Amino acid sequence: METVLFNLIWFLPLLAVLVCVPIPSTQIKTIKTIHVATESLILLLVGYLVYSMYTASGTPANSAAAPLLLHYFTDIPWLSMFNAHYIVGADALNILLLFLTAVIVWTGILVSWNIKGNQKVYFALIQLLATSVYGVFMSFDLVLFFVFYEMEALCMYLMIAGYGSGRKDYGGKKLTLTLALGSSMILATLFGFYFEGGIQSWSIVELSKVTLPMDFQMWAFPLLFMGFAVSSSLFPFHFWSPDGHSAAPTAVSMLAAGVMMKMGAYGCLRVAMFLMPEAAKIWLPYVVLLLIFNVVVGPFIAIRHKDLKYITAYSSISHLGLIFLGLAALTPVGLRGATLQMISHGFLTGLFFATIGMIYERTHTRDITQMGGIMRKMPFLGVGFVIAGFAGLGLPGFSGFIAESTIFIGAFSCESTWVRIVTILAILSITTTAVYILQTANRMLHGEMPAKYESLTDGSFREKLVIVILVLCLLFIGIFPTWISEFLDQSIAPIFENISRANITAIGG
Amino acid sequence: MTNELLFSYLILFLPLLAFVVNGLFLGQKSAKGAAAMGIIGNGIGAISAVLLAVSYLTSNVAPQKAVLFEFSFLPFKAISENLSGNIGFLVDPLSVMMLVVVTFISTLVNIYSVGYMRHDRSAGRFFALLSLFTFSMLGLVVATNLFQMFIFWELVGISSYMLIGFWYHKPSAVSASKQAFILTRFADSFFLMGIVLVSYVVGSFDFSTINALSMAPFYQETINIGIATVSKASALVLGSILIFVGGWGKSAMFPMHIWLPNAMEGPTPVSSIIHSATMVVAGVYLVARLFPFFAICENTLNLIMVVGAFTMVFAAVIACTQKDIKRILAYSTLSQLGYMMFSLGVCKIDSVVAVTGYTASTFHIFTHAFFKCSLFLIAGSVIHVVHTNDLDKMGGLGAKMPWTYWCALISILAISGVPPFSGFFSKDEILLAAFQGQHYIVFALALLTSGLTTFYMFRFFFLIFHGDSRSEHVRGHKIKEDFAMTLPIVVLALPAFLSGFMAKGLFAKFSVPSSLNIPQLVSLPEAKWIPFAAIGMAVVAFCTAWLFYASPKATIPAKMQQTLDETNRCGLYKLIYRKFYFDEMYYIFVRQFIFAGVARVCRFVQDYIIEGIVAFVVWFVHRLGDLVRYAQGGSLPFYLGTLIIGLLLWRFFGQLPL
Repeated sequence: METVLFNLIWFLPLLAVLVCVPIPSTQIKTIKTIHVATESLILLLVGYLVYSMYTASGTPANSAAAPLLLHYFTDIPWLSMFNAHYIVGADALNILLLFLTAVIVWTGILVSWNIKGNQKVYFALIQLLATSVYGVFMSFDLVLFFVFYEMEALCMYLMIAGYGSGRKDYGGKKLTLTLALGSSMILATLFGFYFEGGIQSWSIVELSKVTLPMDFQMWAFPLLFMGFAVSSSLFPFHFWSPDGHSAAPTAVSMLAAGVMMKMGAYGCLRVAMFLMPEAAKIWLPYVVLLLIFNVVVGPFIAIRHKDLKYITAYSSISHLGLIFLGLAALTPVGLRGATLQMISHGFLTGLFFATIGMIYERTHTRDITQMGGIMRKMPFLGVGFVIAGFAGLGLPGFSGFIAESTIFIGAFSCESTWVRIVTILAILSITTTAVYILQTANRMLHGEMPAKYESLTDGSFREKLVIVILVLCLLFIGIFPTWISEFLDQSIAPIFENISRANITAIGG
Repeated sequence: MTNELLFSYLILFLPLLAFVVNGLFLGQKSAKGAAAMGIIGNGIGAISAVLLAVSYLTSNVAPQKAVLFEFSFLPFKAISENLSGNIGFLVDPLSVMMLVVVTFISTLVNIYSVGYMRHDRSAGRFFALLSLFTFSMLGLVVATNLFQMFIFWELVGISSYMLIGFWYHKPSAVSASKQAFILTRFADSFFLMGIVLVSYVVGSFDFSTINALSMAPFYQETINIGIATVSKASALVLGSILIFVGGWGKSAMFPMHIWLPNAMEGPTPVSSIIHSATMVVAGVYLVARLFPFFAICENTLNLIMVVGAFTMVFAAVIACTQKDIKRILAYSTLSQLGYMMFSLGVCKIDSVVAVTGYTASTFHIFTHAFFKCSLFLIAGSVIHVVHTNDLDKMGGLGAKMPWTYWCALISILAISGVPPFSGFFSKDEILLAAFQGQHYIVFALALLTSGLTTFYMFRFFFLIFHGDSRSEHVRGHKIKEDFAMTLPIVVLALPAFLSGFMAKGLFAKFSVPSSLNIPQLVSLPEAKWIPFAAIGMAVVAFCTAWLFYASPKATIPAKMQQTLDETNRCGLYKLIYRKFYFDEMYYIFVRQFIFAGVARVCRFVQDYIIEGIVAFVVWFVHRLGDLVRYAQGGSLPFYLGTLIIGLLLWRFFGQLPL
């Protein structure tokens, strides 16, 4: 029963789009209602599945999926010509990422309620985007995974180019083409899995049981890892993200930074590191050097920017650097910290972009030097932004602190010298993060208010609802981190086991 | 223990409840309701704290520590079985003392704020934040482990940020709050590093484990800390210094002191609570809490002593010249914190420890809280009346505000160390500890500073309350002392007077660090002459202050004006008056080096170099496309030309058989 419900997750948005096709654009209210209803249903569904998986965590998972602790495992032959299957399933990490996606999509739809342009198409595109993201987080077959992964970049381009602001054509193209570069790197190695694996299978579960040839791993791992890291904006492929985010409409920024950028990190963990643990051990210490840029230089760049979305984009870049720090440390606590950061940063950046979008709708500028004192006119939105800022600078009580401290402690327990040095640099850079966040909040919300903002209004009920939901998610993880850490540990365990089993003395062979 | 458990819950969760209720519901609707909520919440907390203290100190557990409740918050089982960030409630003499002080002062400050914030529109928000501040500090005080300490440490930082910048329409308040947060955050990053390092070496966050360490087993094993491979013992010493840096910033020790005087931009009740009970003593408290650990680490205590002693003198010198009354008090706090800090540091004599300094320091935290809180509240009342912080515009208030006047006198006698007022006892113990610790230079500096303290406090006192009035708000007007604002001042005068006398025995009996893994020195030299020397210094300083600021000759308006005018003073005076230009240096460092230097370079790299490479790639692909398009353009000469060139190449470099 629950397996059926689980399979509905990616299908429902698609269904909603199909249902809406015959409804004329004049009936936009009906269309929006259908979309909100679908997403609410999915949110409830995923919420229920999280709950049921958490309560069932003692019981053995599907044995067909061992060594992974997958629930709701479904395996149906799909393209028999090259042995591609429809394989979906979820463990703790997947289901929590799905929950994150459901929340962000749901709030994203509410945020873009009054978007300018063809609303019917816009909401259909959001739903397609949702389908693809759900699909990525569900699928355990590489072909299926890649199909969903590709679909997402296309929807993203259409939405930015059609509904964005500023240099939307440039930003959209930059984003999509850079992501396409990453995809091409991924695709090249995916074929390798099929042919080099020796079992002619695309299944992640099956492939994890074989040890891939070392000479294949040595070239494939960096290609695959960097391919995924493109969408998580790891240096040197971070340049798409500030322009892309600033051009995108609010909901797309939320989805891109909140969910899509996690897909990359998720892919790095689930596909690259899980399937090629030997190469991961060799290559990851070098990855650590790349993320110095993200973690240390990113916040400094944010200090010098005046545009809210650029600031947030660089903040995302630095926070995602921490995910890679956790991954590269290759310790169980580091991996747990990385996954926590994926989830935490999703809610956090969703809140960031949501409040920025709402403020932008009112002030019509994102330049913080043009604003000031608007806290007086919009206390609710202002507090929402401040909370996002506090969560971003790692204030205890919000999820960011839990994730960051876990990453720091986990990364420092790694024996590698470089990981330790970068950990120290990352800890130092919490000050820089505080600088740009406080500077932004102070310039925008505090001080003297320009007279032209006298007539501004605070958030409507719909907007307040979005902020409240996201803040509650941040608080819930921040105040009760025990259950989520232990829950995530279950899904980290098999991955870490695969990595620790890997024997890198076999490099010569 | 069931009663004590109930008290512990009440102490911790009532302020939190007050924050949540005020912040979400009451604050916007009714400022009075919010105030009542704050006072009741903190008041019940204070009563519970006193009851808890009594029941703990009379039980047979004391002075051992007890953990009332503890639950796992964030476990790191994968690294070490014991490594878990817990949230708990630790009871020992130190934490019980702080609980009483924090809740008591917080209640009084809440009452005071009723009067002070009477005409402020956002008073509700103020009471909410005040409760959050109290809650954070209480959580820090009862922390059972470093992780909990850090959690509440950060919460203290953020709530102080929001309170200092409470009047967010005032640019100076906003920048002061930002400076306070970022400077302490900078120190906190080292604290976090220290926690990470120590917990990695020791495998636990727990204070009881860390304090019970003995250094011997750590000399053998080595550890790689990133830059170098060192013995675990050295790593622990490094960790202890890093942790101390957290306290260094929070307690605003030199050179991270500049945020504290600037934090005066907040409402006065906030300054009062920051300086006496919640924020700045956290640093001293951290060192006291980890005292056994610091004691086994070589030289860490010496560092603490040097930092503390220097700040003590440095701040006292500046306080002698300032004209903003809140700044005078701020520098006086810095100086007193220096006393507490170095007193912890003087305990080490070669490789043994004399714990008298530890006792003296905690005792001074206790007495200082009352008189400093009282002094700030008095300053607030005075500012409320004359509408300025400037000593230029005061004078002659003694007759108009009799209650305030007498309470001020009590607190000033207390901070000056005049017997039998509270400050005398604790300061005397600190001096004695420095003497017994054989740190004679520090002892001499401390004695000198106690004279300076008396001087600047009486300067403060005379210029506010004596002489002729220099304010048009006061001259000829009748002044009514606000009841809500005067009550806490009067209540505080009592402990400011008595707490030293009453609690001396208690501290001597209970206030000893629980587990010390280092030999203690028991027989210490007596020095009966120290109190007399201190009183002598105070008398001399008092006479000097009187001569300059209150003698009939000095109070002639023309002469007074000359005294207060800093522009015609000598260079040294100006240098001190300008606080040795540390604010300016800080701004130059931040604006010129960080913002216009490092950050600008980073942005340049991103905008021109990285984006330049991207643009080049795009350009290159476009040109390549152009080339291909041209090649496919149907131009016959091009086709023929390439055909011929191709054939020739094939002929001469390939194997074309021609």
